[in-house]
Amino acid sequence: MKECIIKAEKLTKTYKLPAEKILAVREIDLDIYDGDFIAIMGPSGSGKTTLLDSIGCLTTISEGKLFILGKDVSRAKESTLVTIRRRFISFVFQDFLLIPSLTALENVLLPLHFARLPQEQRKAVEVLKRVGLGHRVNHLPSQLSGGEKQRVSIARALVISPKLLLADEPTGNLDTKNSQEIFDIFKQLNEQDGLTIVVATHNSKLGSLAKRMIIIQDGRIIPREKSIL
Amino acid sequence: MKALSVAYKNLKRKKIRTVLTIVGVGVAVAVLVSLFGFDAGYQRSLNNDIDKLGYHILVTAKGCPYEAATLMLKGGGGLRYMEDDVYKRILNDSRIDKIAPQLVASVYNQEGQGGRGAFALYMGIEKTYLYLKPWSEFKSGGWFSGPDSDEAIMGYEAAEVEQRLVGDQIFVPGINKVLTVKGIFQRTGTQDDGIIFIPLSTAQNIFELPGKLTGIGIKLKNIQDMAQFEEDLYNVPGIQVISLAQVRGTILNLVGSARAMANSIALIAIFIAIISVTNTILMSVFERTREIGVMKALGASAADIFKIIWMETILICIFGGIFGVAVAMFGSSAVEYIIRQTLPYAPTGKLVLIKPALLALSFLATVVMGLIAGTYPALRASLMKPVEAIRSGE
Repeated sequence: MKECIIKAEKLTKTYKLPAEKILAVREIDLDIYDGDFIAIMGPSGSGKTTLLDSIGCLTTISEGKLFILGKDVSRAKESTLVTIRRRFISFVFQDFLLIPSLTALENVLLPLHFARLPQEQRKAVEVLKRVGLGHRVNHLPSQLSGGEKQRVSIARALVISPKLLLADEPTGNLDTKNSQEIFDIFKQLNEQDGLTIVVATHNSKLGSLAKRMIIIQDGRIIPREKSIL
Repeated sequence: MKALSVAYKNLKRKKIRTVLTIVGVGVAVAVLVSLFGFDAGYQRSLNNDIDKLGYHILVTAKGCPYEAATLMLKGGGGLRYMEDDVYKRILNDSRIDKIAPQLVASVYNQEGQGGRGAFALYMGIEKTYLYLKPWSEFKSGGWFSGPDSDEAIMGYEAAEVEQRLVGDQIFVPGINKVLTVKGIFQRTGTQDDGIIFIPLSTAQNIFELPGKLTGIGIKLKNIQDMAQFEEDLYNVPGIQVISLAQVRGTILNLVGSARAMANSIALIAIFIAIISVTNTILMSVFERTREIGVMKALGASAADIFKIIWMETILICIFGGIFGVAVAMFGSSAVEYIIRQTLPYAPTGKLVLIKPALLALSFLATVVMGLIAGTYPALRASLMKPVEAIRSGE
């Protein structure tokens, strides 16, 4: 039986603004198993990013329960969430968000530094080669194309050998060709390495690659047949 | 990849801003080093000057103590005179080890300093003057041939400036007197180097001050007798007694206000440097809010972020410290020149004394300054919530 990496029970996240409260995601039940490739789809503002942030321990949840590898982290302290982010969960963002002053290699080494893991340059170069950037290791982000930046961002996420990769609109800023390359990398990582991937995307082609698709609308998961997509 | 490397590379991103901040810190450090260097150098030079006077007490005609202190150290002219009866009266006091009467006069020489005009300082002395200063040596020539001979012994610099040798004749302007150079002293590093010495009787004659003195230098056999000796002399009318301790205090009082002002400037410079560093780093933190959020998403703890930002501040302060120390070391001559122009009395010798301990201390102070300046920006960055930081620019 496959290990349940993430289990969300009635997960709710509320943002408090000065004038109102915004229910970004509400009462979401979700199980993510080892080796899953899940696409979270939905219109803008539907709660995809908030759901990713919540299960990625980037923010605390307001109500409900969240279990990571069987451990209840619903009310966990920031230090516990930091440990989870260091060792188990990695992120890929739409805007790549590389550190501009660091080379591709240094960007990839950074999570190892934060995780207090040995900063093996060989390993970092390997993951860069894996995403097809073996020849760009010493380039700064400003010297890379959008597609290359996103591949560095994926290498940066892979270097700690995470249990779960969360990608928020990873092809949102890329052209069709580069998007296709990112799709291929994700597919390979899931199929060959068994990496668990959850992608929030508008891109139906990327969504169709996933083993499971979740539609989210107004902060709730809805059956596919009811979706407007 | 180390936190230090991340911090350093980030500073390189905004080179001009970083360099300007480093220069700001450097200026503050340079001011600090120069100020403390001046404090140490001035006191050392003053003590040195006073020790080289060779006497414990100076007796002068009643008048301004500041003026008297100047006379003691600079041999200044235009002063009050006392009768040499005073000298005769105290000459045989058993507590006195050595005693030397002096008559100082300054003469304006239109030809001096290459035609720009300058005051030449003449001092009438007796051989006892040399007993007070056993380190005085003749470079050439020797002592006067008689107590009222028309001869002069020139200080080292006076002879250099006038380009005189033993046997040459010097003309005393204004009083139309010609003196023969009988000797030239070796350099002493004191005000004596610039004085032209003549026999006391000759001085009293040519300056038309018979029986007059400007001062009497006294060295006691036992320094413990000083207080009682001074007290005894207070009863002698028309004179004042100035001890070395008083002179030291008087001079330090004179420069006290200058030191207080310099202290305030140093404090202001340091305060401005701290604010400037805090501002620079805070600006940099705000600009990198998303990056900080990403680093947190990648597993950085609040302490990791704090460390990176703090290191940026400390790096700025270390570079600023190195720059400031270099400026202070290489600029000490300029500082010394300015001090000499502004202070009422500047002793001979190096006025700005920069020792390794002072450099180390200033450097340490700079690092502490960095720690203080970086605390708020580092705290601000470390407390950012990852989601809010990442989404801040969207």
